[in-house]
Amino acid sequence: MAVPKLSNRQDVIVCDGNEAAAWGVALSRPDVIAVYPITPQSSLVEYLAQFVADGRIQAELLDVEGEHSVMSALHGACLAGGRTYTATCGAGLAFMFEPYLRTSGMRLPIVTSLVTRDGITPQCVWGGQQDAMTVREAGWIHMYCESAQEVLDTIIMAYRIAEDRDVMLPVNVNHDGNYLSYGISRVELPAQNEVDAYLGEKDVNWHVALDPERPMGVDPLVGGAGGPGPAMFVRYRKGLCQGMQNALGVIAEAHREWGERFGRVWAPLVEEYRLDDADYAIVTIGSMSGAGKDAVDEARDRGEKVGLIKVKTFRPFPLAAMQAALAKVDAVGVVDRAVSFGWNSGPVYQEILAALYGLSTRIPAISFIGGLAGADITGRHFRRAIEATARARAGEEIAGPIWLNEND
Amino acid sequence: MREVRIHGRGGQGAVIASKILAKALVEEGKYAVAIPSFGFERRGAPVAAFLRFDDKEIRAATNIYNPDYIICIDPTVARAVDIFAGMNKGGTLVQATKRSPEELDLPNGLDTVGLCDAVGIALDIFDKPITNSIMLGAFAKTTGIVSIAALNRGLETANLRDAGLEQNIRAIKRGFEETRVYDFAGDGPL
Amino acid sequence: MNDVRPYFDSSSIPNDLCPIATEPSPMLPGDWRAERPVVDREKCVKCATCWLFCPVQCVVERPTWFDFDLTTCKGCGICARECPHRAIIMVAETGG
Repeated sequence: MAVPKLSNRQDVIVCDGNEAAAWGVALSRPDVIAVYPITPQSSLVEYLAQFVADGRIQAELLDVEGEHSVMSALHGACLAGGRTYTATCGAGLAFMFEPYLRTSGMRLPIVTSLVTRDGITPQCVWGGQQDAMTVREAGWIHMYCESAQEVLDTIIMAYRIAEDRDVMLPVNVNHDGNYLSYGISRVELPAQNEVDAYLGEKDVNWHVALDPERPMGVDPLVGGAGGPGPAMFVRYRKGLCQGMQNALGVIAEAHREWGERFGRVWAPLVEEYRLDDADYAIVTIGSMSGAGKDAVDEARDRGEKVGLIKVKTFRPFPLAAMQAALAKVDAVGVVDRAVSFGWNSGPVYQEILAALYGLSTRIPAISFIGGLAGADITGRHFRRAIEATARARAGEEIAGPIWLNEND
Repeated sequence: MREVRIHGRGGQGAVIASKILAKALVEEGKYAVAIPSFGFERRGAPVAAFLRFDDKEIRAATNIYNPDYIICIDPTVARAVDIFAGMNKGGTLVQATKRSPEELDLPNGLDTVGLCDAVGIALDIFDKPITNSIMLGAFAKTTGIVSIAALNRGLETANLRDAGLEQNIRAIKRGFEETRVYDFAGDGPL
Repeated sequence: MNDVRPYFDSSSIPNDLCPIATEPSPMLPGDWRAERPVVDREKCVKCATCWLFCPVQCVVERPTWFDFDLTTCKGCGICARECPHRAIIMVAETGG
């Protein structure tokens, strides 16, 4: 298929993941953006500031003194009825943790990009997924993107998902630091009027507001051992869990309509690549998936019947979709880009084990950890993961975790 | 799919060069993905950028270990870094240097070499040794893969910090015109 | 160079605990200069302004002038700009 040339098409640009994210935000017409720069997100907020200065984004840009204020300010803006956005990662996410945690409990539909960065110690500024994985239990929806195009598309979809009345949860759209944040590729911009039609009328504070016309106390004290406390607290927790479960269907529907309207079909929860006739599979998450698919193709050319399962939505955990995928294979190798310290494995691996519990047969599963602190997960590394998984399928006992970059 | 590795030093615009080249390749109707090697590069530290291009969609977002083309925009960085590491046989080198091929320490396996005194041209046009756009012109001359017109269109939307558009257009042109191309086709440079 | 006390001997502890550094980096900024400073010894009065401003402390004292350690000088040109007697000029590095 011939690629339309750049200058013939106004809607095709060449940009990195951070700029693609900024375009996604611009097209979503936010009201308030609060920013604080942190590597490798910095150019993203610079693009946003440029877009605001150019009038491309008609939003109030709050240039605050730190990430704790970033999220707190967005709480205020969201409660006042505004559509909001920020981006952060690593130490910035850590600094934001208190209000970050409260966002989901208050059911505020804030969209935040995590330009994922590895844990700050040992000192590093490079991509990994430790930051996003560390906060996976904070009640936010988490979606991981493979390409700059997927980043742009998913940010717009995130507003549709977050603001759905059956969801009302904040959404993290995650893209890997360096490889995706500064990786440049060809990106198509959807038309503004189509995005407007897709997102519809915003309605972010129908359920909780700081509004003189609707006086209420926001997030009052709940809980304690006596009186109505215990039951009330449980009610809110169940509500959040229900919102997460509802999100599975809403995410699928949002992606389905995106495909119809814009012609790009992304798997909403889990993507199956060459899985139907596969004997075994590797699981990937984020930008590593591209090289993973190339490695699967190369293995297939060698006669190996391997497939790939890509995790897009990690929270809520797509249990049914994951079990349907895992049921097709006899062994699975999970490639993580973060560490679960308590389990001596990757975090996605841990949750794959939980998903496997619901299947009728127990299959071998291996944890691979790679790409930490900006390390590259290349075809060579994937080949090692594929071969080890094949050996596990053949009955060999393979102890994990296998640290892919250990001898680089 | 072809793979290009760009070597330079921080502050010379190697990463922006990869972006402009990616835009130019898309102008020419190809798919292109460019990724910088990343760190807090102060001026002068070796940097690399990795670029792939193809007629179909490119999925891998990884560094490049077996380049077909090597663009080195600094005359001295090859002392600090092995710019030829992993190069495929029949590779192409585009190098910023005043010297001739015999005076350089070139490996076997290079089919084509393009040499350009980019630092001299840069000091002339910009008063600073910023060689990136000059070397893009050199790449165009050496390989014929992108046209000057496509590179210029790539410049238009690039965020050039250090100099104006007009100077960079001149730089590309001079890089193109003043590059000496040597064709070794299998025999090696010596 | 720390000539008061040698760095901690890290071989006495396992190497997978808290990351520490005990070897100073041998990297020197002189490697990537595009220009280097040259002093006109007649004009230099040893006022030490260049020494004060040099960001890498590469200025060394000679009997009747100040000179530059070219292994660390990165050619930023601040000395030439700040010298009150205009005794320093920047000349292009050859080679390459």
